[in-house]
Amino acid sequence: MIRKDARLLLEVKGLRAKVGGAEIVKGLDLVVRAGEVHAIMGPNGSGKSTFAKTLAGHPAYEVTGGTAVFEGRSIFEMAPEERARAGLFLGFQYPVEIPGVSNSAFLRLAYNTLQPARGRDELDPLEFDDLAREKMKLLDMDPAFLDRSVNEGFSGGEKKRNEILQMALLEPRFAILDETDSGLDIDALRVVANGVNHLATPDNAIVLVTHYQRMLNYIVPDYVHVMEGGRIVRTGGKTLAEELEARGYDWVRAA
Amino acid sequence: MVSVAAKHPYIEALLKGYEAPRSGASWLDERRAQALERANALTVPTTRDEEWRFTDITPLTRLSFRPAAETKPLALSGLSRFIAPEAGARLVFVDGVFAPGLSATTGLPRGVVVSTLAAALDAHAGAIEPHLARHAEFEREVFTALNTAHLRDGAFIRVGRNCACPAPVQLLHVSTQKEAAAYPRCLVIAEDGSDCTLIEDYAGLGDAAYFNDAVTEVVVGAGARVRHARVQREAAGAFHIATCAVTLARDARYASHAVTLGARLSRFNLIVTQQGEGAEVQMDGLALISGRQLADTHTLMDHAQPHGRCRQLHKCIAGGAAHAVFNGKILVRPGAQLTDSSQQSRNLLLSDKAHVDTKPQLEIFADDVKCAHGATVGQLDAEQLFYLRSRGLSEGRARNLLTYAFAAEVVDRIPVPSLVAQLEETVLAQTQAAEPA
Repeated sequence: MIRKDARLLLEVKGLRAKVGGAEIVKGLDLVVRAGEVHAIMGPNGSGKSTFAKTLAGHPAYEVTGGTAVFEGRSIFEMAPEERARAGLFLGFQYPVEIPGVSNSAFLRLAYNTLQPARGRDELDPLEFDDLAREKMKLLDMDPAFLDRSVNEGFSGGEKKRNEILQMALLEPRFAILDETDSGLDIDALRVVANGVNHLATPDNAIVLVTHYQRMLNYIVPDYVHVMEGGRIVRTGGKTLAEELEARGYDWVRAA
Repeated sequence: MVSVAAKHPYIEALLKGYEAPRSGASWLDERRAQALERANALTVPTTRDEEWRFTDITPLTRLSFRPAAETKPLALSGLSRFIAPEAGARLVFVDGVFAPGLSATTGLPRGVVVSTLAAALDAHAGAIEPHLARHAEFEREVFTALNTAHLRDGAFIRVGRNCACPAPVQLLHVSTQKEAAAYPRCLVIAEDGSDCTLIEDYAGLGDAAYFNDAVTEVVVGAGARVRHARVQREAAGAFHIATCAVTLARDARYASHAVTLGARLSRFNLIVTQQGEGAEVQMDGLALISGRQLADTHTLMDHAQPHGRCRQLHKCIAGGAAHAVFNGKILVRPGAQLTDSSQQSRNLLLSDKAHVDTKPQLEIFADDVKCAHGATVGQLDAEQLFYLRSRGLSEGRARNLLTYAFAAEVVDRIPVPSLVAQLEETVLAQTQAAEPA
């Protein structure tokens, strides 16, 4: 929802980022206010995922220029965990499997790590179990996933649900969801999108990074940005996504 | 006092003042005399010996150890952190000497004997004689020879034919004295069809330099089952050299869970010999070391008969400038057909200076067998670390959690819940990075 008077959450200016020696993001600007849903679309290699990982602080991604201010703080001076505690969340395109760490222990640890910054109490295992089960209903997830190792042996769809479950538990102020739709069949996509919609509030913002327009049928963006060559080359409303779907990315390139 | 003419000055020093213990059993006197002769004849291994290639025991030979002096009585309360509450019986030895006041051997099921060797020698001579110092070979093993020459007491566990001992039996060896040498000894006889769980625990109080030269023999009868958890948590300055020799009869089942945490220098030899058809073995190992510790584990799975099955998983976690050594030998003797044996060695290095030597050694002399081995050495996974940090965990906490997860596979399989819980805490505490969580 676009409100002109909404609080500024994130302002990225002239961002440049390198990975493996190659500059992938080349001067990106983005302003996100509370209550908004943005979609960043673009062809493979346009820099969408690099942008997402750079915002979250992946150590392999090096910022070579520009600034990103999140709620008044320059996030590139913050460790990944500090960004998370400040309310930033990355939904991974490829969530990592961690054998030997139970999902419930991991989720509780992450949850409890974030609570002091919010002036809330940590939860003991029983209390947390209740909360996790309640949030899992939203994503139509079997509570058995709590007892398994983090993402180990999960299908693609289960991993993505587990990402959104983390978002539901951690209640970030700003979530960037990297290709959350990829690898999902239509039913799973509907469930995941429905979950995300439930989590959108006037106080937070969500940025969807996606290659396809498909997810935007379920999560309606306020803004659609098109990335190309490491920059946002076009910004529009929801109809821009439909136009892209119909005409392909070559249309943007030609423009 | 016997005259000592050891070939090596270090062994001479260890045998100085040696007095042959008096047992009253001529067969035992004889075995001790043989062992003493071997100890005198053998020399201290060096890194030129293939079996000691990666483990330099010079620091051990530089110190002179004496037999432990009379011990101050310890209070049980001071040992509570080492006591497994689920144990049905417990033998405690302090600096190698049996401590009856700390031990508990009452209320055992019928057919189960938990006693000191010295006390059992008369009543159970018929059971002990065929096994004591028969399984742990001392012809070529100087430390086994030294232990055997000093054999005067130890732990004795016997589970009678078709008897079960549902609660674990704990053997706790506590070391308190500086520069003392002790020779812990244990004999476990699980007769045909029996079932028991053993906890063998070496714990140090303080950080003294002392030397434990331990030998354990485990005899698993036909169709019997033994679960054997072994924890080495010696003091930081300690030296620990131990051999465990296990002999399996037909269809016996034996599971070893050996955890190495302590000592400045440790060596553990686990030798499992499958003397009957169809025995089943699980060999789990975990070494978690840091600082300047050296932990060496040598295992031998000897498939001497057909249809044996062994699953081995050995993990090392080395931080600081620690050095972990693993040598895992699988021997399939001629005729041991349809052996199914596998070995995995997984190693995690937590620092640039930590170091692991891992060596699988397969010697196969039968043609219809399945043997597999694999070894990996790595560091914590950068993507896993980032994933955890992106959820708010500090780098230190994330590293701990991943290290813990690496160890969990071995720890979680230990059949003593209190030990599992304790080791989980130890792993988390020991891997605690400089950064607070």
